[in-house]
Amino acid sequence: MSGIEFILAGMLAAATPFLLAALGELVVERAGVLNLGLEGMMALGAAIGFIVVYEGGGHVAAFLAAGLVGVGLALVFAGLALGLRANQVAVGLAVGILGQGLSSLVGNSYESLTITGLPKLAFPGLSDLPVVGGMFSQDIIVWLSLIATAAIWAMFRYSRLGLILRAIGENPAAARAIGYRVTALRLGAVVFGGAMAGFAGAYAATVYTPLWADGMIAGRGWIALALVVFGIWLTGRIFFGALLFGALSLASLVAQTEGWAVPSQLLSSLPYIVTIVVLGIITSNKRLLKVNGVASLGEPFGP
Amino acid sequence: MPAPLLSLRKMTKTYGQTVANSAIDLDVAAGSIHAILGENGAGKSTLMKLIYGVERPDEGEMHWNGEPVHLTSPAEARRLGIGMVFQHFSLFETLTVVENISLIVPGSKVDLAARIRALGQDFGLVVDPFAHVHALSVGERQRVEIIRCLLTEPRLLILDEPTSVLPPQAVGLLFETLRRLRDGGVSILFISHKLDEIRALCDRATILRGGRVTGDVDPRDHDSHDLARMMIGRDMPAPLHLAPMPKGEMRLELTALDHQPDDPFGVTLAGVSLRLHAGEILGIAGISGNGQAEMSRLISGETLLPASRRDEIRMMDKPVGHLGPAARRALGLAFVPEERLGRGAVPDMTLADNSLLTAHPLGLLKRGLIDRQAEARFTAACIADFDVRTSGPEAEAGSLSGGNLQKFIMGREISLNPRLLFVAQPTWGVDIGAATAIRHRLVKMRNAGVAVLVISEELEELFEICDRIQVLHKGSLSPSLDPRSTRPEEIGRWMIGSASVVA
Ligand SMILES: Nc1ncnc2c1ncn2[C@@H]1O[C@H](COP(=O)(O)OP(=O)(O)O)[C@@H](O)[C@H]1O
Ligand SMILES: [Mg+2]
Repeated sequence: MSGIEFILAGMLAAATPFLLAALGELVVERAGVLNLGLEGMMALGAAIGFIVVYEGGGHVAAFLAAGLVGVGLALVFAGLALGLRANQVAVGLAVGILGQGLSSLVGNSYESLTITGLPKLAFPGLSDLPVVGGMFSQDIIVWLSLIATAAIWAMFRYSRLGLILRAIGENPAAARAIGYRVTALRLGAVVFGGAMAGFAGAYAATVYTPLWADGMIAGRGWIALALVVFGIWLTGRIFFGALLFGALSLASLVAQTEGWAVPSQLLSSLPYIVTIVVLGIITSNKRLLKVNGVASLGEPFGP
Repeated sequence: MPAPLLSLRKMTKTYGQTVANSAIDLDVAAGSIHAILGENGAGKSTLMKLIYGVERPDEGEMHWNGEPVHLTSPAEARRLGIGMVFQHFSLFETLTVVENISLIVPGSKVDLAARIRALGQDFGLVVDPFAHVHALSVGERQRVEIIRCLLTEPRLLILDEPTSVLPPQAVGLLFETLRRLRDGGVSILFISHKLDEIRALCDRATILRGGRVTGDVDPRDHDSHDLARMMIGRDMPAPLHLAPMPKGEMRLELTALDHQPDDPFGVTLAGVSLRLHAGEILGIAGISGNGQAEMSRLISGETLLPASRRDEIRMMDKPVGHLGPAARRALGLAFVPEERLGRGAVPDMTLADNSLLTAHPLGLLKRGLIDRQAEARFTAACIADFDVRTSGPEAEAGSLSGGNLQKFIMGREISLNPRLLFVAQPTWGVDIGAATAIRHRLVKMRNAGVAVLVISEELEELFEICDRIQVLHKGSLSPSLDPRSTRPEEIGRWMIGSASVVA
């Protein structure tokens, strides 16, 4: 398999943990809430998902359990940030650290164990194409996340719910004045974001690399957060951002195995550097930012 | 007599220590235009929010068509047939007109757009359904709010200070619309503190002062004096007289100033020219959002020009376009911005520390360190001089009401003994007594030879205190107009940009 085939075949799966978490965070931020606890929520989802599969519960139960713990942490966040109107940055960081700590705790006796992932489902015909064929042979979760991406895109573009979420994110006081229950809607968004972060973690630990190692989420939650901003809160851009990041991380692997005369540390930092540069360029478009940015992001709101 | 459409009994609402509404009774007859008259802070908006279900009363009853109702949300109020246009608009800037409307009116976008156009035709409220709200003028936004209300087919329409954002001509149009709605059977609650408007439009007026009802009258039976006495509890303050002054030296000069703001939603200024001399007050009239914000940042020094264009702004006869706020203040500029919290004062700092921000050259520092005693003395003097109602220099700026904070900031800036005083919206949200005091101070400064530049939306205010008026519309400034020989309608034409056509 050539390097390019390897990248094409693997980038969707590599992108999926970022994509799932970022889609959840997109909904949360569009509603005006900034949840910085993504990394910890993913870590706990990963640990719980791994344990369920390892103990014989199967992948369906693993994803459900991971989603639930994600929701659990999201509720802790919501109780403090939405209920008590505490500073969202501080609460998000605290919940993130809590999630990471809990993941180390529950995962302690599973360190370095492995499980089997999920089989790939191939598109008949397409998956036999030369070079790009590998792209059409993916596990079920990748296919489902593509569907979720399309659904969230359509929700923001066409549905009333999407309109309402954008409205409460822009101007919660006005939304309340015309009769929307801002806090309840934001709670819904935060819970959804928690579940998605849990799924993202479970995917990373039970499908993408089916093993448990403490700290295995390794900053993916932070990248997902950056992708939401880099994507200017637009679903399509976030999708391509995740894909770019996935492809770049595979590319740095390819470069390493092919023995390029570049320090491997530099190669593995490449995806981050490229993301920062792209982020810097894209977010300098003030007009796009103003139209799609979330005016009330991170500000506590209450009666 | 038929039962009133809406009747309130003993409505009471408190916010912490503030009693915003105290045992208010109100009856609104079907098919009438009913005024709620009161000064800033009298409790008008609060009462309307109670009627519309945004806030819930602490006590009191509301009857709709004779039936008791307990509203818990605006959606319920809309189901009963109550619609409201808010004082601070409740539109979403990043959404289109039709999207905004679809947030409270059911129906597909295509269908709604057609209804918006039809209603616009019927009532002279034309607006493009697919425009983004951020691109609309304030007057257009108000139209959107009114259309949004009318599409819910209300039986009672509440308008909270709708005319404060309109030029005189547009006020006439709005009144026409409202009369037609009334004749079609809609009752209207019309909030204002402008007496003439109420006498021209309304069948009934309920007057509020300090959260209580102080009058319930037919406004056509009472002259403005009577109404004013009910509203402020004493006679209207006497009008000001501007003594003629010899023409002083040039203190501020803008020459064909063009400016493209960084903010993509900002207003581009084109060819703005003005000259302001010592001993005169120049007023900048116009509806907010026509370049006032951009112009004030250019004059204050918050927006800088490149050094090559420094001559386009001159102060005290020096080019200052490239100089920052501190350098301009050092030349003798004092500035009161329209946003009191965040730009005029830091909300979580004490008044004393807020004094320090601009008044530090007045001996509040000793060898670079803060002289706390001098700071407290200066602040206490400001508080006493300008009758600021507060617990003292140690109160946080954010805890003062808008009017009191404005008095404090005015006091601080005036104490700097400026040569050029620039004030944006001097009396926004300030009650009549305090507003009069502020205007008197501005005139006193002028008489003492200070050059005063005032940006204001209140045309009456500008007519009262200005030697000359220029009108800002879509980033362009009109020629200088003399308020003694110019009628308000003419200024109004400049405000909507049709002066050259109609004149
Ligand atoms: N949400 C709020 N929280 C605290 N105080 C408020 C609030 N809304 C209004 N007030 C206070 O209630 C009083 C009446 O305000 P308001 O009804 O807005 O007056 P008006 O509309 O007549 O100018 C004012 O003193 C104001 O400061
Ligand atoms: Mg009000």
